[in-house]
Amino acid sequence: MATVLDKPSSPVTPPSAGGGRGGQFRPKNAPSSLFDPKIIKRAVLESFVKLDPRTVAKNPVMFVVEVGSVLTTFYWVRELVTKTGNPLFTGQVALWLWFTVLFANFAEAMAEGRGKAQADSLRKAKTQSTARRLVGNKEESVPGTALRKDDLIVCEAGEVIAGDGVVVEGIASVDESAITGESAPVIRESGGDRDAVTGGTKVLSDRIVIRITANPGESFLDRMISLVEGAKRQKTPNEIALSILLAGLTVIFLLAVVTLLPYAVYSVRAAGSGVAPSVTVLVALLVCLIPTTIGGLLSAIGIAGMDRVMQHNVLAMSGKAVEAAGDVNTLLLDKTGTITLGNRQAAEFLPLPGVTVEELANAAQLSSLADETPEGRSIVVLAKEKYGLRGRELAAHEAEFIPFTAQTRMSGVNIDGMEVRKGATDSVKKFVQEKGGRIPTELDEITTRIASAGGTPLAVSLNDKVLGIIYLKDVVKGGMRERFDALRAMGIKTVMITGDNPLTAKAIADEAGVDDFLAQATPEDKMALIKKEQAGGKLVAMTGDGTNDAPALAQADVGVAMNSGTQAAKEAGNMVDLDSNPTKLIEVVEIGKQLLMTRGALTTFSIANDVAKYFAIIPAMFLATYAELGSINFLKLGPGGTSSSAESAILACVIFNALIIIALIPLALRGIAYKPISAAATLRRNLLIYGFGGLVAPFPAIWIIDRFLVLLRLA
Amino acid sequence: MKPLDFFQYVAFLLIVAVLVVPVGNYLARVFSGETTFLSRILRPAEKALYRLMGVSADQEMDWKSYTYSFLAFSLIGTILLYALLRLQYLLPGGPEAKYLVTPLTPDLSLNTAISFSTTTTWQAYGGETTMRYWTQMLGLAAQNFMAAAGGLAVGFAFLRGFVRQRTSSLGCFWVDLTRALLYVLLPLAFIGSLALVFLGVPQNFMPYVEASTIEGGSQIIAQGPVAALELIKNLGTNGGGFFNVNGAHPYENPTPLTNLIEMLAIAVLPAGFVYTFGKLLDRPRLGWTLLGVMFTLFAAGLLICGTAEQGGIPQVAALGVSGGNMEGKEVRFGIGGSVLTAITTSNGATGSYNSMHDSFTPIGGLVPLINMLLGEIVFGGLGTGLYSMIMIALVGLFLAGLMVGRTPEFVGKTIGPPEVKLILLYSLVGPGTVLLLTALAVTTPGGLAGLTTNSGPHGFSEILYGYASSMANNGQNMAGLSANTPFYNFTMAIAMMAGRFALAIPALALASHLAVQGRRPTTVGTLPTDTLQFGVIVLGTAIIVGALSFLPALAIGPIVEQLKMIGSLR
Repeated sequence: MATVLDKPSSPVTPPSAGGGRGGQFRPKNAPSSLFDPKIIKRAVLESFVKLDPRTVAKNPVMFVVEVGSVLTTFYWVRELVTKTGNPLFTGQVALWLWFTVLFANFAEAMAEGRGKAQADSLRKAKTQSTARRLVGNKEESVPGTALRKDDLIVCEAGEVIAGDGVVVEGIASVDESAITGESAPVIRESGGDRDAVTGGTKVLSDRIVIRITANPGESFLDRMISLVEGAKRQKTPNEIALSILLAGLTVIFLLAVVTLLPYAVYSVRAAGSGVAPSVTVLVALLVCLIPTTIGGLLSAIGIAGMDRVMQHNVLAMSGKAVEAAGDVNTLLLDKTGTITLGNRQAAEFLPLPGVTVEELANAAQLSSLADETPEGRSIVVLAKEKYGLRGRELAAHEAEFIPFTAQTRMSGVNIDGMEVRKGATDSVKKFVQEKGGRIPTELDEITTRIASAGGTPLAVSLNDKVLGIIYLKDVVKGGMRERFDALRAMGIKTVMITGDNPLTAKAIADEAGVDDFLAQATPEDKMALIKKEQAGGKLVAMTGDGTNDAPALAQADVGVAMNSGTQAAKEAGNMVDLDSNPTKLIEVVEIGKQLLMTRGALTTFSIANDVAKYFAIIPAMFLATYAELGSINFLKLGPGGTSSSAESAILACVIFNALIIIALIPLALRGIAYKPISAAATLRRNLLIYGFGGLVAPFPAIWIIDRFLVLLRLA
Repeated sequence: MKPLDFFQYVAFLLIVAVLVVPVGNYLARVFSGETTFLSRILRPAEKALYRLMGVSADQEMDWKSYTYSFLAFSLIGTILLYALLRLQYLLPGGPEAKYLVTPLTPDLSLNTAISFSTTTTWQAYGGETTMRYWTQMLGLAAQNFMAAAGGLAVGFAFLRGFVRQRTSSLGCFWVDLTRALLYVLLPLAFIGSLALVFLGVPQNFMPYVEASTIEGGSQIIAQGPVAALELIKNLGTNGGGFFNVNGAHPYENPTPLTNLIEMLAIAVLPAGFVYTFGKLLDRPRLGWTLLGVMFTLFAAGLLICGTAEQGGIPQVAALGVSGGNMEGKEVRFGIGGSVLTAITTSNGATGSYNSMHDSFTPIGGLVPLINMLLGEIVFGGLGTGLYSMIMIALVGLFLAGLMVGRTPEFVGKTIGPPEVKLILLYSLVGPGTVLLLTALAVTTPGGLAGLTTNSGPHGFSEILYGYASSMANNGQNMAGLSANTPFYNFTMAIAMMAGRFALAIPALALASHLAVQGRRPTTVGTLPTDTLQFGVIVLGTAIIVGALSFLPALAIGPIVEQLKMIGSLR
């Protein structure tokens, strides 16, 4: 590696800036589409399993529907047996009420589908491997399940790591694709921030000794399986709050419908005509009014939201964390790797006195021709673009490439008797001095100047002469400014965290368009900043990977640990990014917001629907008692309108009520459209679509269903 | 609508709007314990009262102590008034016993005692045929002050929940009560009563006068200390009249000018209190947004009710009588003054009608009924009106808040599961009480026995109106219902207590939950609550939630009545 950076560059090449949408980092074998036929098949079966009243009881709204289904079914059977009433009508109501519950179950099962399929493929990674446990100096072969915390195991090339742990000895390349879906191997080594290994991953080369950090059943893979499967899914605060609201509305409608019976009895007696509504009619009215649309889709929305996070290869430890992401006020982003590319790029050639810039550029390019690192390539490109130096065909020449080593901290080429070197200033200085060359004083001056501006100086020498310095500069990732603008529009402040001095930090902050920066930041500074923001009532999100990030990750409301990071960091955060791409925090924020917006929008839609249902049912229901109500029977349903009785109107509403759940499943699973605009603008948009739309849409839909029912002589 | 009526409506709303700011500022000073222009005179009395009650001015209470104090205070008031009513026959002074034809039975006394200690002042009796002067003074007028001050105190504790941060204390009930009485109610009632006396409202202890009319008949003209009760009955949003016909009686409300003063007395304090809310939160625009919603609903009520009444009754018109519906209305107020009063009193939790709502057109009567069913969110009861409005606003805010993709928050306070639970608990009280009690009344002999003059949809409307009024602590009625029976005295009492205490308790609990929280910062990602958009959301929520709860009941009551009225012409 031809870099002078002390830190090894990220073992996993981060995906293109901004990550991607639509699940391009999906683990292998996982179904890609939300509507994979396999998922649908499983979901259909699940919908019936979920009819178990103990399951339905967790959802008060749907529980009321199920009780109604049982009740109307009972009346249907009784009507059939006693040959009274209207079994055709009662039977249809019962059928559609059962469908309503089934559709809600189906929505939930669909949402769980992809996670379950994913869990299956993860389980395959959890092979019952044997481990080579170290006891003293001896190895013994034990089953992976027998490993306990603090056991030491040995793993060699070709072996699967039997449990989560920390590398205490050695360095190895590891294939983590079973968990991350990323096929490029990563380096794991003892000491430093790259020492964590995960059970179920495979060592590709070398030998490492691992200290186990998790007991069986508590491993990362176990947690991951239960998370993607949603086995231990807990309702999030907003979901609970909304459930309470829905339960409250259900009680209000229960009151309205239950009291309607005595009112009707009174009215029928007073008017001397008509009959009081039957239990079937009242149950149908109740089910139409209670918020079944959102009640049926609520848990599907939550599960699908978590699934969307998973599709971005982020493992959220709880739904609460995803929701909190939507509430975040301040986003702390590390400069390197998040805002700037992890690798610096050549920005300028600075020749020493007596050297022309072309000479320097030429030597720099020569030294970098075989250098495949991004830094090396950027030098070739700069020389070509700025000084017209084309990359030369070296085959004709006698060229020997000197690779970078940690000892020499230099790389270069020996060509046609010329020795060209580039590397850390100190190393190049030593190399030139050994050859008897002279070091101009300007060299140190330039080096210091670049370093203090946050850049990286690379010295270039030709034989025994130092030619000058290549200025490597941080490069802000493309599209970052737009993303920060989008975050600002949502009311989120971005703070860049960097170890650079304030001047450099400011320059990069300005270039990237972040709102604020924390320069020369120590982990303590980061912690203090989080606490300060939180004291002002703000919610803070951050990413981190090192052990010294752990306290701050734990303190932050949303802490995203990089999978490449240490075990401590992964345990402190409430999310783990399997791609170790810090930019993804922004997507998680968006998903969190989208999750809440979807819930709010569908609730509003559900409640707005009720207005139309009232207008369809109430006049039709009382027309026989008070003929005058015909003038507010806008849909002209029921007696005097489309049919001879109120039953078609009621049935039409029940059918609409059931079908709308199915119709909205895709929306619930994908989430409503999300745009980074201000709260007021978002609200205006959603109110128009889901509030106004919910008010208007049912009128024609119910009318059409009613016409069909009359046409088919079903009512 | 006649131009003169329109002018009257606009003038009234303008005066309220102008008075909102000074009144709101004054209330803010009083309850923050700051000095006011009355402090020099009243401070010694205030201190003496604190010493008497054994509290200090800077004492604090958590929501439970506050609630217990409020409940204890109300209970004591109820017991004392009940005792006074039952022992009225021992009291000296007029009027002569022969005029007091309605006996103060245990059920009527209980109903009345609860009615006055909850500011409902529902009257199942006629004042001049039931009460002695001293009962009116020592019992009813005194409770008019006390119960109103209690409500204002609770309203202030509720307000503190939004203003304060990271504390569990909501102020001290006894201090708030004292300040409400000394700095707000007593001075205003004193000045207002004098003004009413000046404008012709009597204040005497004379015996009833028996007079011969021009037509040669004889008439008993009731007397009494009317002025002392008249102003506080409105100022405290109580509304229980000195006489049976309340504000329609020429001694209670002799001229359109006294009517205007009395209506202002109802609306100005609760409206100003909304401004206080915005002011103390340092968000004056929020106060104006909520006031905007209130003024809109108020104006809509005037427009609909006014149009319906002015439109008259087709059956009467068919007889060759032209003009609007004047049945049950006083000529000196006309349709304009009657409609203004109907809307003000039904919004303002005050029963002091000046026309017979029972005789309004179905739609005309529907408007005050809806005002009460919505929970009197427009100005509302003194102190309590604020939380009526805020609770509805919070329901809308919760849904709207989710739709912008954040945990819903109001003035920086998060509305999470415990808060939603309390908001829902609050929201269930109204529909639960009104719908269930109405259902009971329309199906039991005890309830149906009250329908002595009407039956059918109108009888249904009367019963619904009665429970809506009691639950809303309003007290006005459709007088066709014969409500002085044990059935109605007890069930109405239940509705009144539910409307007073079952609402105040969750409101105070919510305030406590909010006071404990810090305040989240306002950013562009926060749903703005001081905009037209939010006003529209609150308005829409109020209408939709109200409609969804009560539309079936309204459909077979006033709506059928109206359709029958129009339909029978065809």
